[in-house]
Amino acid sequence: MVVSILPLNLANVAVEKSGKVILGPASWTLSSSGCTIVMGPNGAGKTTLLRLMHGLQKPTVGTVTWQTSFKTASDKQSFIFQTPVVMRRSVLENLIFPLRVRGIPKSAAIEEASIWLKAVGLESFEHKPASVLSGGEKQKLAVARALIIKPDVLFLDEPTTNLDGASTQAIENLIQTAISGGTRIVMATHDMGQARRLASEVVFLLRGEIHEFTDGELFFIEPKTPEAKSFLQGDILL
Amino acid sequence: MNDLLAGVIAAVNLVITLDNDLVEISLRSLQVSVVAVLIAAVIGLPFGAFLAVARFRYRRIAIAILNALMGLPPVVVGLVVYILLSRSGPFGVLDLLFTPTAMILAQVIIVTPIIASLSHQALRDLWYLYHDLLISIHTTKSQRIWVLLRDGRRALLTATLTGFGRAIGEVGAIMIVGGNIDHLTRVLTTAIALEVGKGDFALALGLGIVLITIAIVINLAVHSLSKTERGGVW
Ligand SMILES: Nc1ncnc2c1ncn2[C@@H]1O[C@H](COP(=O)(O)OP(=O)(O)OP(=O)(O)O)[C@@H](O)[C@H]1O
Ligand SMILES: [Mg+2]
Repeated sequence: MVVSILPLNLANVAVEKSGKVILGPASWTLSSSGCTIVMGPNGAGKTTLLRLMHGLQKPTVGTVTWQTSFKTASDKQSFIFQTPVVMRRSVLENLIFPLRVRGIPKSAAIEEASIWLKAVGLESFEHKPASVLSGGEKQKLAVARALIIKPDVLFLDEPTTNLDGASTQAIENLIQTAISGGTRIVMATHDMGQARRLASEVVFLLRGEIHEFTDGELFFIEPKTPEAKSFLQGDILL
Repeated sequence: MNDLLAGVIAAVNLVITLDNDLVEISLRSLQVSVVAVLIAAVIGLPFGAFLAVARFRYRRIAIAILNALMGLPPVVVGLVVYILLSRSGPFGVLDLLFTPTAMILAQVIIVTPIIASLSHQALRDLWYLYHDLLISIHTTKSQRIWVLLRDGRRALLTATLTGFGRAIGEVGAIMIVGGNIDHLTRVLTTAIALEVGKGDFALALGLGIVLITIAIVINLAVHSLSKTERGGVW
C-alpha cells in the first residue's frame, strides 16, 4: 500500500432533501482500520451517511475529505447496495467490469474473476446472464464485484437483508476475510447478531444525528445512551 | 376487393419474373435507406446515450427539440434539402440534387432524430438502473455512454429498425430531392406514387406489397442475426 486513503474526515456535514435536514450536522472521523457498524431505526439516515462517505451523495454543507484526491480515493472503494445492481451482461462480465474500468486487460481480469467466482460459489453461472440469478446469488455477485478490486474501504448497505441464513453466513464469511485482509468496512445493518459478530465500533444514528459512537464490544453490553439501550431491546424509537 | 386481388397477382408476377425494373428500384430503395439509417445510427445512438447520461443546462430543451424533430414533416425536410442543394443554393456546386446522395441526406435528417429520441428513452431507463453502480465504480462519462450502448443494444436495435421502417417507407422528401428519375433516383415509394398517379393501381399495390415484404424480411433477418429474440429478457 502506497498512501492510505484513510482516515476519512467528515467536517460539519449535513444533507438536506426537499428542505429537510435528513443527516447531520455531524463531524466524525473514520479511522484507519476495523469494521464500523451503522445502526439505527428506519429512516435514521444510515443509507444517506454511507452514500455521503462514498461520494454518491454530496453534502449540503460541510466537507468530506480523504487523505488523497477524490479520484484516487474512489478507485479504492466499493459500495454494496441493499438491492444489488447487476448489469445486463453475463455473470463473468459483471464481475470483471470494475477491473476493466480501471484499464486492466481482459485476460488478467478474467483470471482474477475465476478466483472470485469460486469464492462466492457462482462458477457454474459464469456465462449465464446475471439476470437469471436469484436475489441471494445477485448479492453474492455484487460482493465479489466489490471485493475484486481489493478495496481499501468497503461500504455495505444492509447487504443481507433479503437473504436466507446460508447466504447471510456466506457473505459474512467474505466480509470477515476482507477484514482480516485489511479492508476497512462500514456497514449498515438491522441484524443484531451480525452487528455483534462483526463490529469493532458502532455508530448509532437517530433522526439523522450521530447519537452515539461506541466500541463494538461495549455497545451491545452497555450502550451509553438510553435511546440505544431501548433500540437494542427492540423498543420502537420515535 | 378486385383491386386488392389484382395487386397481389401483380406483386407475385413481378417477383417470380424477377422484373428488371423491380429489382433495380428495390435495390436502390434498400441502398438509400440502409446507408441513411447506418449514418443516422452512428450519429443518433451515441447522442441518445449522451442525453441519458449527461446533465447540462439546456438538456431538457435539447430533449424537447429532439422529440419535436421526430415528427419533422418529410416534405419540409425535402424542401429545405432541395433549396440547399439547388444550383443557386449554398451547396449547389456539389451538384447533388436529383442523386441518391441527396436522397440519403434527406433521410438522414428525418431518421436521426427518431433514432436519437427512441434510444434516449430506452437508455434513460437503463441509466436509472445503473446510475448508482456506475457512479460508485467511478466511470468516466465516455465509459458510461459506452456501457449504456452496449447493455442497451437490444433496445437500440429496435430504435434503429424503427428508423429503417420510416426511411424505406418515406416518399415526400426523396420525391422532392431525388425527382423520381427512372434508372437514377426511382425507388419503391416514388414508383408507387407514380403508378397511382397514372391510375395503375394493380402495379402500385404490387410494388407496395414488395415494399412491405422487404421491410419485414429485413427486420426478421436483423433480429435473427443478432439473436435478440432468443435467450432471456434482454
Ligand atoms: N430524496 C429525498 N427527499 C426527501 N427525503 C428523503 C430523500 N431521500 C431520503 N429521504 C429521507 O431521509 C431519511 C433518511 O433516509 P435513509 O435512507 O438514509 O434512512 P435509513 O437509515 O437508511 O433507513 P432504512 O433503515 O429504512 O434503510 C428518511 O426519513 C427519508 O425519508
Ligand atoms: Mg437504508
